[in-house]
Amino acid sequence: MKILVPVKRVVDYNVKVRVKSDGTGVETAGVKMSMNPFDEIAVEEAVRLKEKGVATEIIAVSMGVAQCGETIRTALAMGADRGILVETDADLQPLAVAKMLKVLVDREQPTLVVMGKQAIDDDMNATGQMLAALLGWAQGTFASKVAIEGDKATVTREIDGGLETVALKLPAVVTTDLRLNEPRYASLPNIMKARKKPIETIKPADLGVDPAPRLTVIKVAEPPKRQAGKKVGSVAELVAKLKTEAKVI
Amino acid sequence: MQVYKAPLRDMRFVLHELNDSAGLAALDGMQDVTPELIDSVLEEAAKIAEEVLLPLNASGDEEGCHLDNGVVRTPKGFREAYRTFREGGWTGIGCAPEYGGQGLPHSVSMMVSEMLCATNMAFSMYPGLSHGAYEALSQHGSDAQKALYLPKLTDGTWTGTMCLTEPHCGTDLGLLRTRAVPADDGSYRISGTKIFISAGEHDLSENIVHLVLARIAGAPAGVRGISLFVVPKFIPTEDGRPGPRNGVVCASLEHKMGIKANATAQLVFEDAQGWIVGEPGRGLNAMFTMMNAARLGVGIQGLGMGEIAYQSAVAYARDRIQGRSLAGAKAADRAADPIIVHPDVRRMLLTIRAYNEGCRALGGWVSRRLDEAHHANDPAEREAAEGFAALMTPIVKALFTDLGLESANTAMQVYGGHGYIRDHGMEQLVRDARIALIYEGTNGIQALDLVGRKLPAHMGRNLRTFFHPVAAFIEANEKHPMLSKMVTGLGRAFGALQLATAHIASKGMGDPEEAGAAATEYLRLFGLVALGYMWARTAKLSLEKMMSAGADAAFYQTKLQTARFYFERILPQAGGLLFQIKAGKEAMMSFPEAAF
Ligand SMILES: Cc1cc2nc3c(=O)[nH]c(=O)nc-3n(C[C@H](O)[C@H](O)[C@H](O)COP(=O)(O)OP(=O)(O)OC[C@H]3O[C@@H](n4cnc5c(N)ncnc54)[C@H](O)[C@@H]3O)c2cc1C
Repeated sequence: MKILVPVKRVVDYNVKVRVKSDGTGVETAGVKMSMNPFDEIAVEEAVRLKEKGVATEIIAVSMGVAQCGETIRTALAMGADRGILVETDADLQPLAVAKMLKVLVDREQPTLVVMGKQAIDDDMNATGQMLAALLGWAQGTFASKVAIEGDKATVTREIDGGLETVALKLPAVVTTDLRLNEPRYASLPNIMKARKKPIETIKPADLGVDPAPRLTVIKVAEPPKRQAGKKVGSVAELVAKLKTEAKVI
Repeated sequence: MQVYKAPLRDMRFVLHELNDSAGLAALDGMQDVTPELIDSVLEEAAKIAEEVLLPLNASGDEEGCHLDNGVVRTPKGFREAYRTFREGGWTGIGCAPEYGGQGLPHSVSMMVSEMLCATNMAFSMYPGLSHGAYEALSQHGSDAQKALYLPKLTDGTWTGTMCLTEPHCGTDLGLLRTRAVPADDGSYRISGTKIFISAGEHDLSENIVHLVLARIAGAPAGVRGISLFVVPKFIPTEDGRPGPRNGVVCASLEHKMGIKANATAQLVFEDAQGWIVGEPGRGLNAMFTMMNAARLGVGIQGLGMGEIAYQSAVAYARDRIQGRSLAGAKAADRAADPIIVHPDVRRMLLTIRAYNEGCRALGGWVSRRLDEAHHANDPAEREAAEGFAALMTPIVKALFTDLGLESANTAMQVYGGHGYIRDHGMEQLVRDARIALIYEGTNGIQALDLVGRKLPAHMGRNLRTFFHPVAAFIEANEKHPMLSKMVTGLGRAFGALQLATAHIASKGMGDPEEAGAAATEYLRLFGLVALGYMWARTAKLSLEKMMSAGADAAFYQTKLQTARFYFERILPQAGGLLFQIKAGKEAMMSFPEAAF
């Protein structure tokens, strides 16, 4: 069985993001970029399924600027077999990505798509759901456990207030949550081998999809700065301040 | 708190921009080495260093190693970390593919080593010593020895040691007494006591391969009677697995100032079975051929220490508020300004930074030349590169470790009293950095090696591999509209170095004590000029790149400002050093011994 894993290049989770001075977005120039952490979990899960003998081939897909090829290399170093880069300078939004993924799924015929539940740059939490809908496939989102048996996937989901287990008929889309696994470090030999694995580069037009954004960003701004705390001398003073200053009681 | 993120941008600058890493692929066996590959290797190594090794640095120091009934336990977490490191293939980064290694160039593995040393110097020495043993065996071992030991040292299931030092002999190895008696089966029985053996006994690997210097019964006194032996802790079976226990035991562990998580063992050999490596009587030579790489490696420990010291000091200097800026309050909304506003704190931070980046550039250049020495196609090119690496090795070892310690000390000063308190981790850096000035040949011995061996070698041919490019750079750039001030400074310091060289050549010839008296200052002067050349090249490249660098322009701008600091506030020390050198030996040597 084939697994397709979409991976997104985002600002590294360690970087303190800064809003661009003109308010059009966040500063990405000269900033360290890495694979979206949820996508690393997705790659790891796919690799574990391959190591268990469940999967036979893992295809890593990334969309965006040419440097997304390096994000694919990271997936290849972790154990994916080949990559597809959909190269474009367009500002990609979930719907366009889902549409392009659908065309790739039709072409590659994977049994499972494993992807991050959201990307840490825009936190959209939408692409997996959209892709499942476009394909008419079952979906298991926010997965913290995945088991494949025959043509069925059992997915434990992290939901408000607890865990929910769903049984999905394959093919299906699974989106990963943080507790699903702990991604491995790529080994040095695999990093070297990843350089020799194939990456196919195509354009959105090759997939017949117009990636132009449908949402318009009006303004991006820093959240208001947190005020310093205040020490109060007594309970009475605290209550008074909560009433008059914080206005919460 | 110890703060560290691998300085990947600067490493890429040194590798790709200053030293054209794209050219590495032209070397023998390096065709797959591309800048992109190097970047992915460095990024993954950074993760291991930051996420696996750094969290064990302070705890490893606190706990140390423990000896119980001949068995040594490394601190909590070290076994798991070593397994992660080994399974990731990092022990084989510089080893030959035929033994299962990755065969990456020295210039790349140097950067990886820097990260390991910065985040956990004690840990880094376990694989570090193994690699020393790997090098010695791969250059001098028999085919059978190579086939047996090299794959194990490469995959890290076995580790290695270098056993030179004995209680009565450290620098002067001619005094060593460990004896080797030939046995009927062609092996030897080794008996004697070795002290201060790094990674000499531990619980990280299934076997330990000791490389031991010993004297064959009846061999002449002095260094010519010394041979090299391989003495495994467990004697390998036919199929290469650890077999019966050999006659070597860990009698004690040293209680020491720093690198506490690295086991420094006293090893007692009693009729231990050993096999000779190379020719009888050529043991010291065998050791010396691998010493260039090992000494560069120790230099890199100094650089790693400097880097973590810098990052930790900057984080503290931004955070700690104390006093007001002399130019008027900078953080009016707070009770005081962060100490980073004060000129003296900035002096400290910039000094460390200028040393670190200068050393990284110099280390990058020397290790690149070492790659050429080993892998260039043209024999003449190999020889020239070899000569250059030999010349620069004592400088990298002594200068980098001196500066690494100075930097750790300076970073502690930035922390004030809190630096002296254990919790912040600064005093650990000072303690850990200290040893690098002593082992692998003390820094005093490095200076003697430079003036006594490296300067006169081949009638000064090695020296010219450094002097010529510097002279050419100065000539080509002294009229540069933006750089002339820096280049003039470099020219002045280079002039001082030339005068000092001439002084040593003329005085030292007739009176070796004169050379010995000048050696340490001469090495420092040489080192400062070498860093100056690196900073001048860096400044030139940064100027060129800044115009078209987009968001990266800030990186080059910062380089230019750091270069300026180096030329204005550090390099002028060259003049003082020349005075010290020219004063000669008299003040020291006429001092009556009884008056000390
Ligand atoms: C933590 C630690 C780890 C070590 N690891 C190892 C190891 O793995 N393997 C190993 O074999 N050894 C190891 N050593 C030993 C180390 O290499 C020696 O301590 C070092 O070579 C110096 O020898 P020494 O201590 O006997 O000092 P000495 O040789 O007694 O030197 C004392 C002083 O005299 C100076 N001096 C000596 N001779 C001369 C000279 N001819 N001219 C000018 N000055 C001179 C030295 O520079 C030094 O300042 C380790 C030591 C330590 C502390």
